[in-house]
Amino acid sequence: MTDWRARSPKDRLRLPAQPMPEQRPDARVRNMNEVALGFSADQARAEAARCLQCANPKCVAGCPVGIDIPRFVAAVADGDFASASAVIREKNLLPAVCGRVCPQEDQCQAACAVTKALKSAEDSVSIGRLERFVADWELGHGYVLPEKKPSSGKSVAVVGSGPAGLTVAGDLVRMGHAVTVFEALHRAGGVLIYGIPEFRLPKEIVRREVEYLERLGVEFRYDWVVGKTVRIKELLAEHQAVFLGAGAGLPNFLDVPGESLCGVYSANEYLTRTNLMRAFDFPASDTPLIRSRRVAVIGGGNVAMDSARMALRCGAETVSIVYRRSEKEMPARREEVHHAREEGVLFSLRWAPTRVLGDERGWVAGIEVIRMELGEPDASGRRRPAPIAGSERVLDVDAVIVAIGNQPNPLIAESCPAIRTTKWGGIVVDPNTQRTSMKGVFAGGDVVLGAATVILAMGEGRRAARAIAEYLEQGDWNGAPDPIPDE
Amino acid sequence: MFRILEKGLLAPRVNRYVVHAPQVARSWRAGQFVIVRPREDSERIPLTIADGSAETVTLVVQEVGKTTAVMADMQAGERLADLCGPLGVPAKIEKVGGVAVVGGGVGIAPAYPIAQAHKTFGNHVIAILGARTRELLIMEEEMRRASHETVIVTDDGSRGEKGFVTTALQRLLDLGRTIDEVVAVGPAVMMKMVAALTRDAGIPTRVSLNTIMIDGTGMCGGCRVAVGGRTKFVCVDGPEFDGHQVDFDLMMRRQAMYLDHERGTYEDYLETRRCRLDATREPSRR
Ligand SMILES: Cc1cc2nc3c(=O)[nH]c(=O)nc-3n(C[C@H](O)[C@H](O)[C@H](O)COP(=O)(O)OP(=O)(O)OC[C@H]3O[C@@H](n4cnc5c(N)ncnc54)[C@H](O)[C@@H]3O)c2cc1C
Ligand SMILES: Cc1cc2nc3c(=O)[nH]c(=O)nc-3n(C[C@H](O)[C@H](O)[C@H](O)COP(=O)(O)OP(=O)(O)OC[C@H]3O[C@@H](n4cnc5c(N)ncnc54)[C@H](O)[C@@H]3O)c2cc1C
Ligand code: SF4
Ligand code: SF4
Ligand code: FES
Repeated sequence: MTDWRARSPKDRLRLPAQPMPEQRPDARVRNMNEVALGFSADQARAEAARCLQCANPKCVAGCPVGIDIPRFVAAVADGDFASASAVIREKNLLPAVCGRVCPQEDQCQAACAVTKALKSAEDSVSIGRLERFVADWELGHGYVLPEKKPSSGKSVAVVGSGPAGLTVAGDLVRMGHAVTVFEALHRAGGVLIYGIPEFRLPKEIVRREVEYLERLGVEFRYDWVVGKTVRIKELLAEHQAVFLGAGAGLPNFLDVPGESLCGVYSANEYLTRTNLMRAFDFPASDTPLIRSRRVAVIGGGNVAMDSARMALRCGAETVSIVYRRSEKEMPARREEVHHAREEGVLFSLRWAPTRVLGDERGWVAGIEVIRMELGEPDASGRRRPAPIAGSERVLDVDAVIVAIGNQPNPLIAESCPAIRTTKWGGIVVDPNTQRTSMKGVFAGGDVVLGAATVILAMGEGRRAARAIAEYLEQGDWNGAPDPIPDE
Repeated sequence: MFRILEKGLLAPRVNRYVVHAPQVARSWRAGQFVIVRPREDSERIPLTIADGSAETVTLVVQEVGKTTAVMADMQAGERLADLCGPLGVPAKIEKVGGVAVVGGGVGIAPAYPIAQAHKTFGNHVIAILGARTRELLIMEEEMRRASHETVIVTDDGSRGEKGFVTTALQRLLDLGRTIDEVVAVGPAVMMKMVAALTRDAGIPTRVSLNTIMIDGTGMCGGCRVAVGGRTKFVCVDGPEFDGHQVDFDLMMRRQAMYLDHERGTYEDYLETRRCRLDATREPSRR
């Protein structure tokens, strides 16, 4: 390969973006394997050679954990994948995950100079795909465990093993603190294992990232529901600090008649059955799933796309996304919508459900929807949908998956009134230190942000870990939200 | 962790397990449950805590499908893959005066700690125990200790009075006994009938619902029921609810959702169990 460094920036801008090899749509809807297959080494080097190695790289600022992108990309272009991996690991504990599921087009890649120069978001340097390539290479070649500071004699309890909790655990254990993670489920990873489907994020990858933390010395306790099995006060008696990373797991329902008919699922239930409990393997796995023929998925976000594509793979003949606004307003990633379309998911846009119809046995027999028209933009800048009277019609479906968002699980706050929460149940924190209103307790991720993203949860985890380390050293508790007065 | 310390048969297909689970034993209260995965590849199933000691919890499990069958085939000394809890809101125990605690079938097991708690709290407890037939009646001795009076009914009259728990409850009311509150735990139909009876009599009634669950922590909504016209999650808002507000018909339909599906796996499992038994009975015949 010619030395890529010798090329002028103008020259580099002429290099074509490397396409991501994918399973063909007609084949992949019949299996659970990953859709995107990953770059070959040659492809990765060719893609990396497109980076302009900006002196003032905007991409880094676009990454919530601040990976030194030009440095790792240069190492990939050099073919020095081990160094690339070390650069990423400095900042990102879950590169194989982020490389796959980050909304890169809104983050690192949105800010990339190549995007600007070519005026095309599709032609940015594929930072996420390169990150994935390096992480997968590392998984195949073994990693070197990073240095750990000598033991501080202090210990921290982490509640929840999603991306936020895992990041806190990884950072603190490297600083020499003892870390115990308490997880309610029987496996670690949070949404990464129970929500995001196998065909987008193989569970084996999550397992290996967790194993990496175990080898660093993090202790995992499964089947521990904090607030039930143990209270936060009790955790504070045994640990010097507590981090709450319990996520936003409480599913919203439609609040229309018929929402509890058999065959109406929350996306969480549908995905948990299929992912965590592997119901798609039923009866080889013990957890059952009803084979539905015609499925309506309500919602327009990533969770809706995942549910729709999962339903196809579980044998549904037709799957329709029912969304009350237009495609432009859909919060899902473009790529997910594109993949869903390719696989044959249908889109009923500007329709909203008004009721679910049932048969005499209490099963879903259809869903009544009403046409929506888009009015003036609301506070979020999206145009507010309003129903058109008399435009109801019935879709012939036998299952409905509701994917209209999640809220923080109220368990923790209920069991610990000293922790201040917002109206919608999010935990209130100081944005610089992630401190809550209870001394020694920090929080981050979806439990603070509401349903957000993996990398934002990790960003909060990183900030919390730094603040926890400071607190363990200095013990002062300034700037936190006001404590709740004792009654 | 989660080692089965004792296992014994209480009735045909009903086993009692004492499981080592100190973190659950420490804090459980009457009315709470655990989620169990007997083995690594098992479903997650909810089971009520029927009793406990400093380091153990007691579970009483009726074999009705594959997962409970797998559990039935486990022996003392083996470990359950997972046991998570205590989950759910504890039963509401208040000083009310006279309480009738109605347990039907394996529902007697979860009713036991509730009766005990009411007795300790100073209420006068009348236990009404119902079973299809005498050999299915469990925990009679324990219930006698946990209550002041015990009434037993069987569908066929093979033990105690002949009839249903509602027959016995109605008779107590007809006799003018003081019953200020009723607690009913058992099959959904039984709870529905009890609630219908006490609604007319105007007696507050608490029922403990047993919907299908997955996570047990409020994350999936699979356990939802309608109570007073509003959607509630049994695992975090319950399992105990006001029996007069529960839509039992809806709940029963949801309970039966996977019936046809599960039957197949259960039958397959019974088949492998038969083969295993044959193999142990007739060693080295080849
Ligand atoms: C279907 C789906 C698809 C998604 N796709 C994407 C995507 O493509 N890209 C992206 O960036 N983001 C995506 N997201 C969002 C992303 O997964 C979340 O923002 C992220 O996982 C939040 O991380 P977290 O650590 O805050 O919480 P979670 O991942 O929710 O983890 C919380 C953990 O805490 C545990 N827990 C909860 N309560 C307790 C308790 N009381 N005691 C002990 N443990 C407890 C839970 O069991 C869970 O394991 C998706 C989400 C879903 C549901
Ligand atoms: C809060 C709670 C506490 C419970 N406590 C106990 C207990 O202490 N002892 C005990 O034996 N059982 C208890 N159950 C019921 C127990 O969880 C189910 O029997 C078990 O999940 C069945 O699993 P399976 O795989 O063996 O059978 P499956 O194959 O899942 O089901 C077999 C049959 O049982 C029905 N069924 C499935 N789940 C339930 C359910 N939750 N309630 C009623 N019928 C069901 C199915 O429709 C089917 O007909 C409890 C349930 C709940 C929700
Ligand atoms: S972690 Fe996400 S945002 Fe950061 S560089 Fe990787 S893909 Fe981009
Ligand atoms: S902004 Fe784009 S071109 Fe510049 S260093 Fe980052 S990835 Fe390379
Ligand atoms: S079992 Fe999942 S919410 Fe209750």
